[in-house]
Amino acid sequence: MSETPNDTSTRLLKPSVSRVLGWVALVSMIVLVLFGLWGAPKDEVQGDAQRLMYLHVPAAWIAYLAFGVTALGSALWLWPRTRATVWDRIAGASAELGVIFTALTLVLGSLWGRPVWGVWWAWDARLVTTAVLFFLYLGYLALRRIPASPEARAKRCAIAALIAFVDVPIVHFSVNWWRTLHQQGTVFNERLDAKIHGVMAFTLWFGVLAFTLVFGYLLDKRYHLLALDEDREEREVQQAIAERVGAAAS
Amino acid sequence: MPAVVRCRSAVCLLGRFPALAGVDLDASTGEIVLLTGANGAGKTTLLRLLAGLVPLYSGEAVVLDHDLAVDRKGARRDLALVGHETFCYDDLTVRENLRFAARAAARDVVEADAALERLGLTRQADVVHRRLSMGQRRRLAVAVALSRDPRLLLLDEPHAGLDAEGREFLDDVVSTAPSEHRTVLIASHELEHARELATREVVLTAGQAHLGPILEPEPHWEAS
Amino acid sequence: MNLWQEVRLVAGKDLRIEGRSRVTAQQIVPFGLIVLLLFAFALDPDRGILKRVAPGLFWVTVLLAALLAVSRSFAIEADNGARDGLRLSGLDGPALFLGKAAAIAVQLLALEVVLAATVVLVYGIELNTLLPLVLATLAATVGVAATGTLYGVLAAGVRVRETLVPVLLLPVVAPVLLGATRAWEAAIDGIPSDAWPWVALLAVFALLFTAIGMLAFGPLLEES
Repeated sequence: MSETPNDTSTRLLKPSVSRVLGWVALVSMIVLVLFGLWGAPKDEVQGDAQRLMYLHVPAAWIAYLAFGVTALGSALWLWPRTRATVWDRIAGASAELGVIFTALTLVLGSLWGRPVWGVWWAWDARLVTTAVLFFLYLGYLALRRIPASPEARAKRCAIAALIAFVDVPIVHFSVNWWRTLHQQGTVFNERLDAKIHGVMAFTLWFGVLAFTLVFGYLLDKRYHLLALDEDREEREVQQAIAERVGAAAS
Repeated sequence: MPAVVRCRSAVCLLGRFPALAGVDLDASTGEIVLLTGANGAGKTTLLRLLAGLVPLYSGEAVVLDHDLAVDRKGARRDLALVGHETFCYDDLTVRENLRFAARAAARDVVEADAALERLGLTRQADVVHRRLSMGQRRRLAVAVALSRDPRLLLLDEPHAGLDAEGREFLDDVVSTAPSEHRTVLIASHELEHARELATREVVLTAGQAHLGPILEPEPHWEAS
Repeated sequence: MNLWQEVRLVAGKDLRIEGRSRVTAQQIVPFGLIVLLLFAFALDPDRGILKRVAPGLFWVTVLLAALLAVSRSFAIEADNGARDGLRLSGLDGPALFLGKAAAIAVQLLALEVVLAATVVLVYGIELNTLLPLVLATLAATVGVAATGTLYGVLAAGVRVRETLVPVLLLPVVAPVLLGATRAWEAAIDGIPSDAWPWVALLAVFALLFTAIGMLAFGPLLEES
């Protein structure tokens, strides 16, 4: 048999669970928008622009969470004792979601930065690391699209994901070091950690929860599609083998 | 006699195409097995499978006591493949390429120089690979295989492109293999010529093969 | 053969090929010089910016040249089925990785000497404290060579290799660019104490990616 044991299920969650999750996620997002736009009070210093944080921070959280999921899936696939198709699929699905949330983080951060800092971009460790993360994701997705046997593609992508995972802390550390040696860094850091409490804090954490639910729902859906695709390919292979055997017999 | 190669219902994919769809094969030490079949029947894929270069999709394949389903790399030091390419570097000379192959296989450089002579390449020893003719490259490919001093020799249409002199050198290598305790699997379209060398023939059809009849070799070599 | 003998064999093979074909000397070094020249066109030497940004420009140029060096290192293995040859050779993954990375590192160091001389002469900077600068350069070069070899083999069998490797490699070596540039700036400004932390970062990066490369090269080569 091929070296990776095949996972016969094509879903991460049972269909009924997935449906419930979808509705809960949708409702949470609506609640978040309501709180974000009206429920939470306007920030004294930053004004209405601060409301973007309720989307930006959760998006950043998901960007890194998805990255972690991809790295974990890759590691589990690479480790011989836990190798299974499910991990490769999770890694791939998570990366696709991750790149979207990373792009969202960068865009929202930029939209927030313009009214608050006066600039579209700043050379702060978190922003730069997120930008590098975005490029690392793009590279990973480019690798996934290259036609190859499932084994070869999974191995290549898994190793690339782990290299990226190891690199991100190094990038963050080196940029942080660099920016704190140059004093400009601290000014931006202060503003970024605006003191929030009460309804604002609740909205922020609720946002993190809502986004996580959305991520989970989308991950399951994307996984399902990937699994269906790969199952179809496997069936085509079996059919081709049968045809070939038939051709020899005749 | 100990089995050097053993395949049962071996299936091998190239992309999603089942290049091998069920191969049964046995080869013991000192045998010269001829693989025949139409173009696209899977001869090249079978040889590459046995060299551990392509993964086994299903079935059983054991080469030199290494199970290919589990360990594709283990047998490589003791076998050699002569494929359509020479596995050499264009900017290195014939001698340099052979020495690299010998040393990489942890063999003495002497083996490289011996292979050089045995395939009649002494005059081309210092010619860079880029400048070799196709016939010379064929000989070099066989010499590269020999300089590794392999127990199993996998030859993929080795006669193609060789002139009469080259064929003599090659036939000498193949027919003396049993006395050197080497096993040979040779895929060839040149049926008359190859059947003279072989002890057994296996026919591949649409990626499948079954254990074939045993042929007797023409005794045209002398034991040294 | 032990690991170091195998590494010397592989690195020797690559460097000998470079010695014959002179691609680094005649193409990659000129490329580096041209890029430095273009930076001068872009950044008007009379305005004094060039001097201040010279370290950064130097290292960006080195990274771009490294892309070419990695591409060349694996282009050698693409002809004549040489990758199959390496797989069949019996050489271990770690030895192959270290050998190829070492060859790339040597070529990059030669390039850096030429570029550094040019930057000093043409951009008009002075290199004051040499020790941290040299160590930073060595560590950075090893880091780039190791990471480049890793991605080179990862993309080895892929048709779009030339456009894929830059996209993969450059984000990952961003910390090397950062560290090396800061170390050079500190050396030029004559404050070596600022340079040492960056040297340490570069050394950690180099060790880490050398270790990853030794583990991953073999499996990646199998799938290429």
